[in-house]
Amino acid sequence: MTKTSRTPFTERRLLKLARPIIIIAALIATWQIVVTVTGAPKYMLPAPYEVWLTLIKRHDVLLDHARYTIAETVIGLFAGAALGALAALPMALFAPVRFWLMPILLVSQAIPFFALAPLLVLWLGFGLGSKIAMAALIIFFPVTVAFFDGLSRTEPGFLDLARTMGASRWRLLTHVRLPAALPSFASGFRVATAVAPIGAVIGEWVGSSHGLGYLMLHANARVQIDMVFACLLILCAFSITQYFLVDRALRAALPWQPDSLKPAK
Amino acid sequence: MRKTEPVPKPATSPNHPVMPGNTTPFDIHLHGGRVAFNGDDIFHDLDLTLPASSITCLLGPSGVGKSTLLRYLAGLVDGEAGGDIACSDGRPLLGRVAYMAQQDLLLPWRSVRENVVLGAVLRNERPDLARADALIAKVGLSDAAHLRPAELSGGMKQRAALARTLMEDRPVVLMDEPFSALDSLNRMRLQDLAARVLRGKTVLLVTHDPLEALRIGDRVHVLRGTPAVLSDAMLPAGSIPRDITDPEILRHQAELLRQLGATAEELNRAEGTA
Repeated sequence: MTKTSRTPFTERRLLKLARPIIIIAALIATWQIVVTVTGAPKYMLPAPYEVWLTLIKRHDVLLDHARYTIAETVIGLFAGAALGALAALPMALFAPVRFWLMPILLVSQAIPFFALAPLLVLWLGFGLGSKIAMAALIIFFPVTVAFFDGLSRTEPGFLDLARTMGASRWRLLTHVRLPAALPSFASGFRVATAVAPIGAVIGEWVGSSHGLGYLMLHANARVQIDMVFACLLILCAFSITQYFLVDRALRAALPWQPDSLKPAK
Repeated sequence: MRKTEPVPKPATSPNHPVMPGNTTPFDIHLHGGRVAFNGDDIFHDLDLTLPASSITCLLGPSGVGKSTLLRYLAGLVDGEAGGDIACSDGRPLLGRVAYMAQQDLLLPWRSVRENVVLGAVLRNERPDLARADALIAKVGLSDAAHLRPAELSGGMKQRAALARTLMEDRPVVLMDEPFSALDSLNRMRLQDLAARVLRGKTVLLVTHDPLEALRIGDRVHVLRGTPAVLSDAMLPAGSIPRDITDPEILRHQAELLRQLGATAEELNRAEGTA
C-alpha cells in the first residue's frame, strides 16, 4: 500500500519541479521557431540566443535600471494597498461614508490611467514619486473593492453570536469582522501584485531618467530590439517572483483559509 | 430572516453584568409576542412560559417560525417585533441569554480554546482560561483544544460550540437546532452531553425531531400554522435523557407527529415499523 502510493507521489513531485522548466523551454522553442520560420531580421525580432547574449553583456546597465523599477513597484504596491484598506474600512463601517465615497471611486475608474501619467510626471517630477503614484493608483481600486466586499460580508451568524455575547463594536471589528475579511483582502492584494509593475513601467514611459521602462523606450528608438527583449524578460522574471513571494506570504499569514484547490491532509 | 444591513447595531447594553453568584433561577413569560416580516405576521398574540431550570423544546414544520421565536427571545430580530418578555425576578432577559445555532459559528482563525473564550474577548474582559479548560474537558475536547475548527469533525465542532455556550455562564440558553447537522449516533451523544451539562439552566431548544424533544425536553410545544400558534405543553415523564424505546415515549411521538400534521394512515405505518 505504502509502496504503491509512494511511487506516484515522487513522480508527481518531480513533475511539479519540472513543470516551470518545461513551460519556459516550450516558450523559448516557440520563439526560436517563429524567428527561423519567418526569417525576421534581428532589428525586428531577435532570436532567444541573441537576447541572452545581450542580457549577459549589458547586465550592469539592466540591473541598475531594474533596481528603480522594482523599488517603484514594491513601494507603489504597499502604498496602494494601504490606501485601499484605509478607504475600505470607513466605507464598510459608516453608511454615509459609503454613500459618498463609492460614486467617487467608480468615477475615478472611468478615468484612463494612461492619460493620467503625463499629469503625474508634471506634478511629481521625473523621479520615483510619479511612478510610485501611478502604481499605487492602479492598485488602489482592486484592493479597496475586495476588502470592502470582505468587510461587508461577515457571516451573519457570527454577528448574531457576538450580539448575544454583548460584544463591543470595536472588539467586534478587530476580532471578528477584520479577520473574516482578510482572505478577501488577500485576493485583492494578489491582483494588485500582478498589475503593480504595469503602473511603474507606464510612469517610466511617460517621463523618467531611470528604470526598465525608460531603458526600453530608448532602446526601441535606437532599434536595439534585443535590449527591449532583455528588459521585458527581466520584468517578467521580477513580476513572477514577486507574485510567487506574495502568494506564499499570504498563504502563510492565513493558514486557516479554506483552499479547495489544495488536496486535503 | 438574516440581517442585510452589514453594519451591526451596537448591543443594547455593552456591559452585561455577569454575576455567577446571583444565579437564582427565574421563569420567563412571553405575553402577546409578535414578529412580522414585510407586513406578514409570523406569529402574534403568542404566549410562552419557560419555567426556571427546565428544558423546553419547540417543535414545528420548517419555516413555521420556530427560529424566529427563539431569535426574538434572544433579541436578534430587527424590525417589526413586539410583545412583553418578563422574568419572574423582575430583571430584563436581554444580556442573560447564551445562544447556540445549528452552525457551530466557530471562528476559523481561532483554536478551540480561543473560540471558547470568545465572549470575554469580545467584551474586553480577561478570559478565565482555567474555567475554559475545565469546560473543554467536560465536553471531551482536551486533546483538541489547540486545533482550529477546520481540523475538527462535525461532532467535535458542536462540542466546542457547546463549551463556548457554557463559558458564557448565562442562566438562559437558547438553542436553535444545534444537533441537526450531525449523524444520528453523534446527535444522541451530543443530546446526552447537553442534557447533562445544561442541568439547572433554563433552556429553549428548537428542533424538528420529535424524538430529540422527547429525549431531553421537560416540556414540548408544537408551533404550527400561519400566523403560528403554540400547542399546550406536553410533559413527558421520566428522567432525562429518556429511553426512546419506551412505549410511553413512542405514544408521545405519535401524538407529536399527529400535531405536526401526519395523517392516521402515516401514523399506523410508523407504528408498524417501530
